[in-house]
Amino acid sequence: MTDTTDPIIQVKNLNKWYGDFHVLKNINLEVKRQEKIVICGPSGSGKSTLIRCINRLEEHQKGKIIVDGIELTNNLKNIETIRTEVGMVFQHFNLFPHLTILDNLTLGPIWVRKTPKKQAEETAMFYLEKVKIAEQANKFPGQLSGGQQQRVAIARSLCMKPKVMLFDEPTSALDPEMVKEVLDVMVQLSEEGMTMIVVSHEMGFAKTVAQRVMLMDDGMILEENNPIDFFENPQHERTQFFLSQILH
Amino acid sequence: MTPSESEPKVPFWLDPGKRAIGFQIITCLMVGLLAWYLVNNTLVNMEKQSIASGFGFLEREAAFEIGESLIEYSASDTYAKALFVGVLNTLKVSFIGIVLCLIIGLFIGVARLSTNWLVKKLAMIYIEVMQNIPVLLQLFFWYALFYEMFPSPRQALNPMAGLFLCNRGVALAVPASHPAYFQMFIAMILGLALGFGLKHWVKKRKFATGRDFPVLWPFLGLSLGLPLLVWVLHGAPIQMDVPELKGFNFQGGIMLSPEFFALLLGLVIYTSAFVAEAVRAGIQAVSRGQTEAAMSIGLKKKHILNLVILPQALRVIIPPLTSQMLNLTKNSSLAIAIGYPDFVSVANTTINQTGQSIEGVAMIMACYLFFSVSTSIFMNWYNKKSKLVER
Repeated sequence: MTDTTDPIIQVKNLNKWYGDFHVLKNINLEVKRQEKIVICGPSGSGKSTLIRCINRLEEHQKGKIIVDGIELTNNLKNIETIRTEVGMVFQHFNLFPHLTILDNLTLGPIWVRKTPKKQAEETAMFYLEKVKIAEQANKFPGQLSGGQQQRVAIARSLCMKPKVMLFDEPTSALDPEMVKEVLDVMVQLSEEGMTMIVVSHEMGFAKTVAQRVMLMDDGMILEENNPIDFFENPQHERTQFFLSQILH
Repeated sequence: MTPSESEPKVPFWLDPGKRAIGFQIITCLMVGLLAWYLVNNTLVNMEKQSIASGFGFLEREAAFEIGESLIEYSASDTYAKALFVGVLNTLKVSFIGIVLCLIIGLFIGVARLSTNWLVKKLAMIYIEVMQNIPVLLQLFFWYALFYEMFPSPRQALNPMAGLFLCNRGVALAVPASHPAYFQMFIAMILGLALGFGLKHWVKKRKFATGRDFPVLWPFLGLSLGLPLLVWVLHGAPIQMDVPELKGFNFQGGIMLSPEFFALLLGLVIYTSAFVAEAVRAGIQAVSRGQTEAAMSIGLKKKHILNLVILPQALRVIIPPLTSQMLNLTKNSSLAIAIGYPDFVSVANTTINQTGQSIEGVAMIMACYLFFSVSTSIFMNWYNKKSKLVER
């Protein structure tokens, strides 16, 4: 068993600007192996930008990001290695519409991991079973509901056997009745010991799964605590206001 | 109360179905009347002026020279042959033009989206300038450039051995005919076939074992190396057919006329700007999320382009591309303005000499219709092939 106390992601003094706009201000974050973190906060607070920096979909200007011992620099080799080890699930699923579900899942393993096609398809079917959608393998993304598409997107990331999974508001583009099927898959994934960073406002999910919950506002992490204290006894004024707004 | 009892009677002029049939009948009647009027009017007037109709004139001697021709032609040949020469000239400029404008358009279109500021702006300027100057003006410009700027054949510019530039066009040395060249051609086809075989094998092996194998270099080696080997085996013939100044013009080698050059250049530059815009639109139509998703599973840049972006971009690019290819073909009829003997130009001379304008115009229309429809059919087939299945 790997040492669960050793940090897999280290973010030190991270700063990012969009032109003159200071999006991320001195962010410090350490994520241990198998840890689950939920980040919430108002829109425009920089929470999506933060996790998009971790697999270099966004470039940072100052500070350090180290993933599994590899530092993110301009070195393309490092970036590619980190991307294969960090899976990402997007708000709008971003499945490839011109490929079948099965081909969506095998694209990475075949072209990045250089797995034989047959083996890649077996792995893909294994993960499709896991997200309970195996019977849709030969359909196209356009034929699936939003919840099904998001579960396929999760399976697509899992096929790369990532060490960390990033979720960027995975349920906020879904119809209310499809949220649960996606959250169930994420809960199951967390029970299997996946390291997860989730940007989400699903408070129920945060309470059951997360070890730490954070509130971001204006490019800073304002408060971080275990979920019980975070929800029952928020310290920061901004957190109290935020929770009062979303919990009605 | 049953529906049949309660249904009120609708007067026929308020029933959309019956109304549509009525309008269709009226339209058919009007089109028929117009056609009858035109045909009848023409026939009556032709009879009045005693003009014979029919295609008999095609068998008669044309008695005019054509500036350039892909086949052997002289003034004593028939009108039919003269017109055929015109068709070949139109096809020549259209075909070369389409190939060139696709290549240039693709490059400019991708350059337009470059992250390099200079490249992006240069591509933008090219597109904006070339799209917005009428193509006829561009033809005049290029033709004037060739005709006015270059010296007469006697003082022809000779920038490198075997290449002469003058106001009669570009004279180019070509290898003198030798049996080796035909065999080299066969060897190249063989090399290409082997190359495609290799590509197929590499793909099969990749799916079976996951391992990659380089395709590009062996492919180039086979398709270029085999002809080279044949050339060496034949003792490497290097005899060239060099153009020589005889009388007022060059003899030997290949002679490309300034008319052809100006027409080709004008059409290619004008149309490639539109092709570039189609390419840009196609790539931009694929959402940023697709690239991000592909990046997040660790795909390399070339794989993202080939496996994710292009398959989706093509479906957007192909329909406007078809219409640009048709535009280029149809615009080639502007050749008449700068004296390139394309089909319209030859047909025009024929009409002037024979007075058979109805037949002449009908042939021009039929000819361009044929080109356009065949291009459309081919592109529709290709579009269907590359179309997104999606559901």
